[in-house]
Amino acid sequence: METVLLALKRVRCILTDNPNDETAPMSTRAQTRIVGTAVPRKEGVDKLTGRARYVDDMTREGMWHGATVRSTIPRGRIRAIQFDPRIDWSEFAVVTAADIPGENHIQLIFADQPCLADDQVNHCDEAIVLLAHPDKHKLRAAVDAVYVDYEPLPVVRSIEESERQDVIVWGTDNKIKSFLLEKGDVDAVWAQAAHIVEGEYRTGAQEHLYIENNGVIAEYDAAAGITVWGSLQCPFYVHKSLMAVFGLPEDKVRVVQTETGGAFGGKEDYPSTIGSHAALLAMKSGHPVKIVYDRMEDLAATTKRHPSRTRHRTALDKDGKLLAIEIDLATDGGAYSTLSSTVLSRATLHACGPYVCPNVRVKSSSWATNTVPYGAFRGFGAPQAIFAIERHMDEIAATIGMDPVELRRRNFLHDGDMTATEQVMREPVILDTLLDRALKESDFYARRKRFAQENESGTVKRGIGMAAFYHGAGFTGSGERYLNSLAGVEVTPKGEVRVLVSSTEFGQGTNTVLTQIAAEVLDVDYADVTMAPPDTHIVPNSGPTVASRTAMVVGKLIERASLQLVATLRAQVGLIQGHSREEFFAACERLRAQKGNVVSLRRYEAPPNIFWNDEKYHGEAYPAFAWAVHVAQVAVDTTTYSAEVEEFWSVQEVGRVLHPVLAAGQIEGGIAQGIGYALYEKVQLRDGHMVNNQMTNYIMPTAEDVPPIHVVFEEIPFIYGGFGAKGIGELPHDGPAPAILNAIHNATGISFTAIPLLPEDIFLRLAHRQNVEEPVIA
Amino acid sequence: MRGNPEAHELVAPGSLDAVLDLLAKEPNVWTPIAGGTELMVAHAAGRLAAPKLVSLWDIDELRFIQTSTNEVSIGAGSTFLDLRANAMIAAEFPLLARAASWIGSIANQSRATLGGNLVNGSPAADSSPALLVYEAEVEIISVRGRRRIPYCAFHTGYKKNVLAPDELLLAVHVPGRFGQHRQYLRKVGTRRAMAISKVVLAGTALVSGGTVDEIRLAAASLAPYPTRLPATESALQGKTLDDAAACTARTALLNEAKPIDDLRSTAAYRSQVAANLLDEFLSQLHGEARTK
Amino acid sequence: MSPHATIRFTVNGKELEVTPPPMKRLLDVLREDLGLTGTKEGCGEGECGSCSVRMNGDLVNSCMVPVLQVSGATVETVEGLAREDEMHPLQKAFLECGGAQCGICTPGMLMAATHLLRHTPRPTMAEIREGLAGNLCRCTGFIRIFESVVAASTTENETESLQDSHAR
Repeated sequence: METVLLALKRVRCILTDNPNDETAPMSTRAQTRIVGTAVPRKEGVDKLTGRARYVDDMTREGMWHGATVRSTIPRGRIRAIQFDPRIDWSEFAVVTAADIPGENHIQLIFADQPCLADDQVNHCDEAIVLLAHPDKHKLRAAVDAVYVDYEPLPVVRSIEESERQDVIVWGTDNKIKSFLLEKGDVDAVWAQAAHIVEGEYRTGAQEHLYIENNGVIAEYDAAAGITVWGSLQCPFYVHKSLMAVFGLPEDKVRVVQTETGGAFGGKEDYPSTIGSHAALLAMKSGHPVKIVYDRMEDLAATTKRHPSRTRHRTALDKDGKLLAIEIDLATDGGAYSTLSSTVLSRATLHACGPYVCPNVRVKSSSWATNTVPYGAFRGFGAPQAIFAIERHMDEIAATIGMDPVELRRRNFLHDGDMTATEQVMREPVILDTLLDRALKESDFYARRKRFAQENESGTVKRGIGMAAFYHGAGFTGSGERYLNSLAGVEVTPKGEVRVLVSSTEFGQGTNTVLTQIAAEVLDVDYADVTMAPPDTHIVPNSGPTVASRTAMVVGKLIERASLQLVATLRAQVGLIQGHSREEFFAACERLRAQKGNVVSLRRYEAPPNIFWNDEKYHGEAYPAFAWAVHVAQVAVDTTTYSAEVEEFWSVQEVGRVLHPVLAAGQIEGGIAQGIGYALYEKVQLRDGHMVNNQMTNYIMPTAEDVPPIHVVFEEIPFIYGGFGAKGIGELPHDGPAPAILNAIHNATGISFTAIPLLPEDIFLRLAHRQNVEEPVIA
Repeated sequence: MRGNPEAHELVAPGSLDAVLDLLAKEPNVWTPIAGGTELMVAHAAGRLAAPKLVSLWDIDELRFIQTSTNEVSIGAGSTFLDLRANAMIAAEFPLLARAASWIGSIANQSRATLGGNLVNGSPAADSSPALLVYEAEVEIISVRGRRRIPYCAFHTGYKKNVLAPDELLLAVHVPGRFGQHRQYLRKVGTRRAMAISKVVLAGTALVSGGTVDEIRLAAASLAPYPTRLPATESALQGKTLDDAAACTARTALLNEAKPIDDLRSTAAYRSQVAANLLDEFLSQLHGEARTK
Repeated sequence: MSPHATIRFTVNGKELEVTPPPMKRLLDVLREDLGLTGTKEGCGEGECGSCSVRMNGDLVNSCMVPVLQVSGATVETVEGLAREDEMHPLQKAFLECGGAQCGICTPGMLMAATHLLRHTPRPTMAEIREGLAGNLCRCTGFIRIFESVVAASTTENETESLQDSHAR
């Protein structure tokens, strides 16, 4: 291990512009010692040696195990709950809605989702009764011995059924949320357009398929309150729900994130539910209680990506310049609102793509259905919207007879242009550069030409396609102001710098980039900086770990807090300019002697000129955008109708790259998930229950299915992001699906408009054509 | 883990005779378990109905690969990794080696046994079509003695076979008379690796002067269990390989295929792809005949 | 209630005796009876490979092995890869190349990669892909994992160390 650390340690550059106050534009500085280098992942050794402790690796003295009795119908009133007398229920702790001491609601945006169904269930696999027992093997039989008697109610299964409003299953109209975004005068344009192109695009649900299922351990103590340890993204979200469910004050609820084996948004809101469940059982049983779902339960009962349907109507002039974009975007929200309104918001704000268009109308709605609520998933509505616009751009190109690359280039946003919300692009926009680089790296035109020739014979048809897009970094609109995040650094008496954030690590690199930033600014070694435990009793609320905000927003807070600490040490205890590591820690001890501790915290400050109007959906939707161009090469086998991605190129601008290896890993992993989204992963529902809820039957790409992926970064530091970083985590999931389907269009001449696109779907279109055309024996 | 390990008994008598004695003494009581790649999944899902199990793992008399002048005999307890590692199988029975490489992953191939694959009798069993077109025989053993039947008579229905309650599958014998045959095997699965097949088609054929002298075809996932395709074979037997013959064969296959819609695919897709695979095989035969 | 069996086997070079129900999964015996929680459960159906260990030199999914079948066997888990503070060349390569993100598939992935390199010290990309195909990673898209395996396989002294551990 020592050798690796030595090998990775970079030579210290001499800093000529050491910060002497926290307003120094740190992030624009070119020379850094630690930021931008491939230091070893902070918790890497623990993960590689098997020492890292995930929640299922932990136990507590006297711990019991919990299980959940779930609804077996999509909607109905609960008439009675019966407990089979063949089970000795005295051995079990049994919790129903009646046992909830506080409010029976999970606290998200609207509190409409019960913690436990009380008089009615609104989707399959909804939690009704909780059981705990010291022996986990006793639980399955007990779950099966709880009989719920229902009076079935009419069910809404799809966006279309929900829109019809024949049956109302949520609110007064089934509409969880709607937005209207308008710019210019769309209606005035149609008459003068040279071309009008319409299209409808659909995306399916997608399962996160983190390899570690949802799990928590809860402990209850009448005096101390509740502690929940768990696999989760947002400790303070769980904290908020627990306070409401138990009616307890802030200081009586403690949430600790354990090592988390993947999340991707799937552990943004769900841990509030499973955490409350385990805590209720802990209270009832008087023992710590662990609930860890198995794969079947996790797949059936937890959130997925929102399915969507997007209709486009586009007007262009004779040169292919966009005149008007009209979009009707609908998502399936599932049975409760959870995060559907904010997912819809992000979908709405990404619906028009990275293009300039003077006249825009986006109408969007999220509709309730009787399925497990859809929730956060990497991209958060953007992949759905971008699939539609980027597929539609190729449709437009085909319709008006223009090269799809050229069509995009003619309409790209540039510096100073305005988006659909009339946000002026104040930061550099280098879409042309990204596009040129992607075309060059992929040898786009040469390949396209070669495939066209080769496809005239043979049973495998190749094609190449692209997508261009942005992803807004951080919370939408005024979101970051509302979050009002607090974060900082402290120096312990042991001479250790600790980063104080509630931002969590679940593979993406939070621990590494935040400690890199602190070490860089404080002029100490990377090894001197650690993360404070992600424990709500210890760390401040730096906001949820979502929305590609950690490196940019929280990274900036750590940068500012570190600068503030250095400034304080210089001003108050005489830390010299160009200090050594030893001088830094000595100065910290002098400050501690004066003040008792060495802590520096900073609160979020919005970049200047960020104005957002929530009502009109107008203004600065995001403080910054990350940009990318994806190119996919596919092969469609006309014998088996399967499409495979053979090679993939991703060129992006995400601000400053804080860690080249981690950043490339984010891009590659997002693309692999995007490939799954496009070609493999299908959530199959029967009466609202996921029937393919096993890894054997929910198909994600394996090591043999992921193609070579070429990743190129163009860096333009964003001075309001941590050391110049913008968001990176979600961006790579936005582009693969449209790029791949555009490539399939190029390969086969068939325009597919829905994902997942499975061989069975390709078969339906391709076989028909084959039967007409082809001789059997070549 | 939904199953309760306490609810199941498992014994490992360690020898074939001891296992057979147990099965004879208490027929229908003991469920044999070899590499566990099927039963342990059921166990974890809480679906393992067998209260008493007897282990066949590590019984030498079941794990062997022997060659004689005219056949290879493969013990039912041989793993798919054993099959892949055997040079003779790779050289003489390439379809079998290829089928073995399709079973799950390396970690599955090291545990999954040929016998387990056949006795489990999944309609999608990867190894079956190759054995069917090689006209393999299976040898069955009990305390009452041994019997040998054509593998194509082994399955009798969905997950049903001819084994009596006291019998075990002992070995699979594959005749070596297909060395001169053109051979074909293709699996269409849910992805490249770790895939359950949607369709598998296997074929062995002798073609001379453009005429089909001999042809055997078999498929997985077109029926309740892996089967030969006799009607399709008849449509080609003795015929000149041309478009007309291929067309007739294709129609015959589409008529005799009885696939279903399930979680992994659709009946229509499976039929059509099977027919396309047949076309592919016939095209290869035609091409090879032409280039000779 | 089934009689518990006394089972002796070797884990990471240490001889052990456990007395679980014989149908208990090797995975659960490692994690619960022996406290070796490095081996993870991802699916319980032999699909994800998070529970991969080596058993008598074969790579197996420990969720599919009833512990009775481990009697007398030699089992290697992720905890046995490093020697004291010196990580295995593959662990070092994973750290350097970004082969681990969330870390939950990592122990199984390392066991599959170790198994691959012991049989094929200089694997081709196709061999790497096949060797790791039974281990699902949802974070990396596998690319950094492939690079890690290549890095571990191409360093001269590290290959020696690989063979060294093979001899053990």
